[in-house]
Amino acid sequence: MNTLKQIVSILYKDLLLELRSKDMVTSMLIFSFTVVVIFNFVFEPGSEEMKTTAPGILWVAFAFAGNLGLSRSFAREQENAMMQGLLLCPVDRSAIYTAKVLGNFLFITIVEWVTLPVMVVFFDLSIGAILLPLLITLLLGTFGFATVGTIFSAISANTRSREVMLPIMLFPISVPIILSSIKSTAYLLDGRAFADVWSWQRLLIGFDIIYFIVCFLLYEYVVEE
Amino acid sequence: MIEGKGITKSFGHLHALNDVSFQIKRGEFVALMGANGAGKTTLIRILAGLARASHGSVSVAGYAVDKAADNVRRSIGVVSHHTLLYGDLSAEENLRFYGRMYGVKALAQRIDELLNWVELKHRRFDLVRTFSRGMQQRLALARAILHQPRILLLDEPFTGLDVHARELLTRFIDQFIRQQVTVLLTIHEIDFALMKAQRLLLLQKGRLIVDSQPNKLNRSHVLELLQEH
Repeated sequence: MNTLKQIVSILYKDLLLELRSKDMVTSMLIFSFTVVVIFNFVFEPGSEEMKTTAPGILWVAFAFAGNLGLSRSFAREQENAMMQGLLLCPVDRSAIYTAKVLGNFLFITIVEWVTLPVMVVFFDLSIGAILLPLLITLLLGTFGFATVGTIFSAISANTRSREVMLPIMLFPISVPIILSSIKSTAYLLDGRAFADVWSWQRLLIGFDIIYFIVCFLLYEYVVEE
Repeated sequence: MIEGKGITKSFGHLHALNDVSFQIKRGEFVALMGANGAGKTTLIRILAGLARASHGSVSVAGYAVDKAADNVRRSIGVVSHHTLLYGDLSAEENLRFYGRMYGVKALAQRIDELLNWVELKHRRFDLVRTFSRGMQQRLALARAILHQPRILLLDEPFTGLDVHARELLTRFIDQFIRQQVTVLLTIHEIDFALMKAQRLLLLQKGRLIVDSQPNKLNRSHVLELLQEH
């Protein structure tokens, strides 16, 4: 119960800080909008080519924007040695990790839910019939990405070139998550059978669970000197 | 209250601390001195559970730091030259956040009491980044004692403070001593250490070379030791 209260407190603190600085969500939004706008000029709107590449563009935008946000997640705690303050509290390290994952998940989800309608309009996509499974795919993919992203953000925050280190470590590990998300999204936009989509979503769920458990257990060693 | 036995901390070939052993009794006020790089902050970090000793054992408030870290964290308050406060949160929000982390009971009342004590009640809703260094350090002290710790680890808390803020901080330390709180203070000001502390520990190149009562020490000798690198 106490751990739950601590998780909520860390999450609330991060939300309050983001609400005041807006640096994480704003930078992610600008990046994802830019990607969508640029690719809109590359392909003919509504063309078959655009429909085929849309899932890839969507997840590239989210993954790179997410990387941008994740790099701020622990960098913020490094300013004024705030992470030290958190580590001095009698709080389980896995509770800090869980709160950070939830915060990052929330911020990336906000960016996705704002970017998605823009992309639908620009790319002339029709998602009315597949909205719910598409949102589920987005949530599952984002959770997995936030799970690995949070731990690598914590590792890279302690390195000298954190902006370079984070994508180098994060993207190879998150390939199964991004790949499953792209495939699942592509099948949905293609109108494929639920069973086909479910096979990728199932894989996504599996990776989400495995990554969360592994990162949850490893986090203590990551933040320790 | 605090006990270190053969503490060694190595970073590759460099020994930041080398076989350091000492004991601090309950209610004692101990000054820890040493030149820059002597190992003071490393020792404080090990006592606070922020770093692990490469060799040796450390117990704080009767708990082994590596085995009962949460109990140690509940027993100590740490103030360093970093204030450990969020600039984009107000004074009250910072204290409320840390209070929840420590599970402080009657938190609102305790925050009132502490803001009053550090003379920041009138700035309680202001963002910490708008505070002067002295005000931030006072609030850092309030944060450190929010959960009423029995032990205070103060790592160069006077750094960057003006005369008024130093006077206030000194007054607060005097109050802790009267309240029998165990205080370990790292400091560069030799006169303060010799005048206020009940015991003085001096580190040189990671080795503890002095563990004595200040009245048994000669000021110029201590100064000499501090200047030897």
